[in-house]
Amino acid sequence: MCTVCGCGEGETRIEGHTHSHEHVKSHEHGSNSHSHEHQHSHNHDYGQGPAHAHAPGLSQSRMVQIETDILSKNNEYAAHNRRWFSEHKILTLNLVSSPGSGKTSLLTRTIDELKKELTLAVVEGDQQTDNDAQRIRETGVKALQINTGKGCHLDAHMIGHAIDSLALEDKSILFIENVGNLVCPAAFDLGEAHKVAILSVTEGDDKPLKYPDMFHAADLLLLNKTDLLPYVDFDVEKCSDYARRVNPGIKIIQVSATTGEGMDTWYQWIKATQNLALI
Amino acid sequence: MHEMSLCEGILGIIEEHAQNQGFKKVNALWLEIGAFAGVEIEALRFSFEVITKNTIAEQARLHIIDIPGTAWCMQCSKTVAIKRRFDACPHCGGYQLQITGGEEMRVKELEVE
Repeated sequence: MCTVCGCGEGETRIEGHTHSHEHVKSHEHGSNSHSHEHQHSHNHDYGQGPAHAHAPGLSQSRMVQIETDILSKNNEYAAHNRRWFSEHKILTLNLVSSPGSGKTSLLTRTIDELKKELTLAVVEGDQQTDNDAQRIRETGVKALQINTGKGCHLDAHMIGHAIDSLALEDKSILFIENVGNLVCPAAFDLGEAHKVAILSVTEGDDKPLKYPDMFHAADLLLLNKTDLLPYVDFDVEKCSDYARRVNPGIKIIQVSATTGEGMDTWYQWIKATQNLALI
Repeated sequence: MHEMSLCEGILGIIEEHAQNQGFKKVNALWLEIGAFAGVEIEALRFSFEVITKNTIAEQARLHIIDIPGTAWCMQCSKTVAIKRRFDACPHCGGYQLQITGGEEMRVKELEVE
């Protein structure tokens, strides 16, 4: 379920998986089997009527402490993904943006320029079609498409299955291209090391204030399509200021996936971050 | 109507606990909802009533515990109250704030029988 927009999740389709299913207890990811931990609740039977009631009664009701986050199931899956990535020293980056920000173009250029020195893989999330995974495969890098159907975001459970199918190499880098949406993916931890937000200068410079949750959740903001700055009314300073208001620690890199301007800085960030993942 | 799917999640949590702990009816539940959780309380109440029809939580009283938005201001070195994620610090006017409260969205406890 999506806590943000109410989209359904019954139509998820992961390449290579012929059935969709909901796991509650435990499941295995390839040879790396792991079970999911469950939060335990405690019974507090006060024997004198319900707590919060003013008068003790003879009612058989009792209080049950739940203390469970409504997103706890996703967060459990995410924690397991994160542990698995960490054990295999894989750097995972979750790329989030609105549709049309140039995510896939930026990613294909990044792959083309880094694939000689680094081992890369991609998970593509879209509601329909495997067009994006095809575009990535043309670069010669492993890619897996997840179609979310009615869903508006990827969740940690889907990523767990994607890990199985991709057979990722140790010490590699996994890019997850989330569904184009600045709202819902902010709430769903996939187990990634960092969320990277991509915002193009053909969008409004006040987007960080309009969609604060996403810019709050991201560690890096790539300001894309800077080659178009002379033609659009976009104030880079203002946008950066807004982004830092919702997230004082966010790093901002200006790039153009078309001309290649600024891409070196982005690659340096990836390599520096990977060095941390390798420790 | 994202509150509708939120309520599906809540019902899922309740039913899981009902199975583990053997209760048949929920009389009341307490939810903690933070100021930044993006939840419309009235919509949540409406959705809860719809979603819990013919379930063990039908007729359960829904209590909402509001969790106010708070942040740590790095300039002032103290916790301050804020209403929106991008608000300035009410004391120094700066934006060097780290959210410390208000993102909660939890099922706290149930009264069951």
